[in-house]
Amino acid sequence: MPLSAYLVLAALVFAIGLFGVLTRRNAVGILLGIELMLNAVNINLVAFARFRADLAGLIFTLFTIAITVAEVAVGLAIVIVIFRVRRTIEADHLDLLRG
Amino acid sequence: MRLGSPELAVLVLALPFVSFLLIGLIRPLRRSGRPAAAVSIAAMAGALIAAAAMSWQSIGVAAGLDPSVLWSWLPADGGPMASVGVWVDDMAMQMCALVTLISLLVQIYSWSYLADEPPPSLGRYYAYQSLFAFSMLGLVLSPGFLQMFVFWELVGLCSYLLIGYWYDRPSAARAAVKAFWITKLGDVGFVAGIVMLWAAAGTFDFWPLFQAAQAGALNVDGLATIMFLIYLGAVGKSAQFPLHIWLPDAMEGPTPVSALIHAATMVTAGVYMVARAHPLFELVPSVLTLIAWVGAFTALLAATMACVERDIKRVLAYSTVSQLGYMMAANGAGAPDAALSHLTTHGVFKALLFLGAGIVIHHFHTNDVFRMGGLFVRQPWVGSAFVVATLALAGVWPLPGFFSKEAVLAAVLHARLSVPFLMLVATSVLTAFYMFRVVFLAFFGHPHGHHEHGAPPFAMDAVCRALALLTLVLGLRAVFAEHHGEAPAWLPAISLAAAFAGIALAWAAYQRGIIEPARLAVALAPIDFLARRRYFLDAIFTGIYRFVLLGFSRVVGWVDRYVVDGVLNALSAAAMHTGDRLRRLQSGRAQDYVYGVVLGVLLLLVWAQLG
Repeated sequence: MPLSAYLVLAALVFAIGLFGVLTRRNAVGILLGIELMLNAVNINLVAFARFRADLAGLIFTLFTIAITVAEVAVGLAIVIVIFRVRRTIEADHLDLLRG
Repeated sequence: MRLGSPELAVLVLALPFVSFLLIGLIRPLRRSGRPAAAVSIAAMAGALIAAAAMSWQSIGVAAGLDPSVLWSWLPADGGPMASVGVWVDDMAMQMCALVTLISLLVQIYSWSYLADEPPPSLGRYYAYQSLFAFSMLGLVLSPGFLQMFVFWELVGLCSYLLIGYWYDRPSAARAAVKAFWITKLGDVGFVAGIVMLWAAAGTFDFWPLFQAAQAGALNVDGLATIMFLIYLGAVGKSAQFPLHIWLPDAMEGPTPVSALIHAATMVTAGVYMVARAHPLFELVPSVLTLIAWVGAFTALLAATMACVERDIKRVLAYSTVSQLGYMMAANGAGAPDAALSHLTTHGVFKALLFLGAGIVIHHFHTNDVFRMGGLFVRQPWVGSAFVVATLALAGVWPLPGFFSKEAVLAAVLHARLSVPFLMLVATSVLTAFYMFRVVFLAFFGHPHGHHEHGAPPFAMDAVCRALALLTLVLGLRAVFAEHHGEAPAWLPAISLAAAFAGIALAWAAYQRGIIEPARLAVALAPIDFLARRRYFLDAIFTGIYRFVLLGFSRVVGWVDRYVVDGVLNALSAAAMHTGDRLRRLQSGRAQDYVYGVVLGVLLLLVWAQLG
């Protein structure tokens, strides 16, 4: 398969993730969307590493995955704390920073 | 002309200053009271000895010699802008001797007079006294207008502090503020005058100014205005009409302070300044005539007010205003020597009068002369001293007041100022009248109530005796000094006749009761009415203050509140309003920000494609 196929896939996954982030009202859903977007990037990295025979992309991807895990852990922890305090994880209701 | 040693002059200046620094900076000394007083008195005694030595060792020189020793001050690109130093000529040495002597005697007197004060207050009092003496000596020894102005203001500050010594009394605090502001009114003219003079002539120093003035080389535009402004400073300090109103109120201070202010320091500063700057005033005859007229008018006006005053210290205060009028009239008549000689003799016997009045007040516990009486029998020494001073003030031969007053009258007559001359002669009658009114009421007549006291404290008594002796000595010295005046022969007769007329009138009215004082008052109803109300001058000043100054302040306040603040308020309101609009952008919802980011990225992409 040509490189463009992978890139199209990655772009689709990214767009789906972004769509999720923008439209989901549930904080967990938004986190899932972010995960999709990050993994779209990973697909890109791996694809380029494969086609250009450059190991740096793979190593980079490993890093990204590790960081993503940490990020999800932190994100979910925040969501749990918010739920405990506010009894909701609806993103529309979490507008404490409103000016 | 005689020149004194500048080193001794600096010593005279330094001693009271060191004493002030010691008392002022060392807190335990200041709060200990008596030791602070001892330091101050010792320093003053040293200064008196130095001043005496300075006069003693002075050397006679030709008139054209510079009597000043200068150090440069205020360095600037084109040479120093001003200089400080000392100026030691006859006038300065005479004043130094007077100031140190009176200050010393007043400080010794205060030792007893203020014996009941708490020690910290006493220390404060002596710190002020030392600073006062230092300021006045610095003023007297000034070789230029700028240094004189600095000390001039210091003198004003010290009199403010001492008049308000009992600052917890509202009347004293008010009197202090009044004295400060009224003299400040004149000082504005003074400082404007010397700055204008400096701008025109390029120097503050007396010597070059006087040299140029005498050579006729002082070409200054508007010199009359400048000298008038400088004279304004003296009007405030020396309590000339219409700025004399602070002096009677200054009686709120302790009596020794009144003696000091009236005799040697503060009020004499104005007379001394005009006498010192006489070579400059000489160039503007119009201002000199004004000075003479205002002086004579002040003398007469204050004398009429003294005649109706019941408070013994206020009588003396008005008599000071009146005598200052004499000195200023002499200055205006072009005879600074006569002014200085009257200043000196007046300083001695006025100090005696005030210090004697302090004992009288101490004895009767009242200032009201109508509630006193018969003190002469109980305290003949104080009584005689007071009578000697009164005779001197009334101008009776052979006391010093006679000679100095005659010199003033001769000078005024010589300058062909006939109306001021008549005013001064009338004042002379009134002076004798009001002073003997006090003497007859307080020292003779029937004693009121029982005030059994022992003799006055030793220090107070001794100071009064010393001053009485000095008055007599000054008088006798004048008797034996050769007279070289061009006064007409009838002048002493007029002068004596005026004095005796006043004494006789007072005797008839207050001792024998031949003339009922009330009927006298009715006969002179308009003057009596005005004098009792102090010619409404206080009311006029209050009115000016209330309507003009407060009105102006109100306008300024309105401008500040509504124009200046209004602009600021409008600006801040606009900022707040804009901020209020802008903050609606911040919805606080995370996804709105993501929209923002996405939009931004898209725009960047479009821009990158187009670019």
